[in-house]
Amino acid sequence: MAGKVHVTTTINGESVEFLCEPRQTILEVLRDQLDLTGTKEGCSNGNCGACSIQVNGDVIDSCLMMAVEAEGQDLQTIEGVADPEGLHPLQQKFLEHAALQCGICTPGFIMAAKALLEKEPNPSEERIRLYLAGNLCRCTGYDKIVRAVQDAASVMAK
Amino acid sequence: MNAFDYAAPQSVDEALSLLSAGNGNVGVLAGGTDLIAQLKENKRQIGLLLDLKKIPETTALSFDEGSGLHIGAATACSDIYNFDVVSSRYPALVDCTSLIGSVQIQNRGSLGGNICNASPAADGPPAVIVLGGVCNIIGPNGARSVAAEDFFTGPGQSVLEAGELLISVEFPTPAANSGAFFLRFIPRNEMDIAVANAAVSVVLSDDKSTIESARVAIGAVAPTPLLVADAGAALAGKAVDDEDAIEAACAASRAAAKPITDMRGTIEQRVHLAGVLTRRAIEGAVQRAKES
Repeated sequence: MAGKVHVTTTINGESVEFLCEPRQTILEVLRDQLDLTGTKEGCSNGNCGACSIQVNGDVIDSCLMMAVEAEGQDLQTIEGVADPEGLHPLQQKFLEHAALQCGICTPGFIMAAKALLEKEPNPSEERIRLYLAGNLCRCTGYDKIVRAVQDAASVMAK
Repeated sequence: MNAFDYAAPQSVDEALSLLSAGNGNVGVLAGGTDLIAQLKENKRQIGLLLDLKKIPETTALSFDEGSGLHIGAATACSDIYNFDVVSSRYPALVDCTSLIGSVQIQNRGSLGGNICNASPAADGPPAVIVLGGVCNIIGPNGARSVAAEDFFTGPGQSVLEAGELLISVEFPTPAANSGAFFLRFIPRNEMDIAVANAAVSVVLSDDKSTIESARVAIGAVAPTPLLVADAGAALAGKAVDDEDAIEAACAASRAAAKPITDMRGTIEQRVHLAGVLTRRAIEGAVQRAKES
């Protein structure tokens, strides 16, 4: 039987150490060991994007990354998006545009949209839809989400 | 998922020893976007997860005018399409790597993994084949190089033997007046698996009126991606707008296609698509060659 592995990583700017089995995904460790349950489990096979987090700034599906691979990486989860002054513009605009209903997909959408706006501050509607194609929402029909991201982009540009 | 050990060797030699010690019970990890999903579904049981991403050769990405483009097998798709030389000189690689899965998948999944997974419907191989890609393999008996069109032997099967690793994929420097293009057919705009796909590369005459040589590859229409030599031959020496030659190339692709009917499409649809996509890929490749 495989032994546990000690992993040192950075999550939301803080150094974090944990023990994990090599067969655990980073999604399992985030939710079940580190109590960072904002990251959601959806399909668990890389189709729905509910578990999206950023690794070194890039958005990835945390269900398809092993926890041991987090060693030395810089992870950001939904818990690190707001700061003490208040919500991130994306969070604020998702609220204002009612860009969520059940909310399960929302943390993943925020993380993917955040990665997009960090790399491309002024994306077209088409670009937003393409970039967010790996995030599925079964409630909103996407239009409100796209408008929230467009609005957040314009706020963040100021 | 069954329990397994994890190793992230820092050299090819170390990886090879771990691979052979694992007696075929090793999962080779690059981006993991296929492998981890397979492990979760218990399609594969492994004793060791062998992570290649700490080996410099497998994550290298470089271009040299003399030796061409060198892509480490574990290099993520997004690193490939964000590499300026790839977007300027090898746009067909942008075509395919930017539509393998979602952005989330492209930030992890590698071109080498897409090749080694050897799905008949993979979007990487047709472009790799028409660009003259060569797979650099290292194993217990040393190194060997295999042309991309010879790498695949069946669904999920390749020439990789026990104990061997794909280390990198290399591409020659594009010829003057050349262009290449890849596209696929899916019922939606993104995040889907090809019903059929195709790639074409052409080298034009100096006045860009004649196709001097061409390579055509099609995917998702046979047990492996296919280089359609007859299609390339039909175009060679013909004017870029020779309708008879273009139709002959499309007919060669339709003839080479030996698809199955499944949830994504029927035999009839896929044979038809092999021709349509060949035509569109020829047009795209010629256009890029004219602009080069």
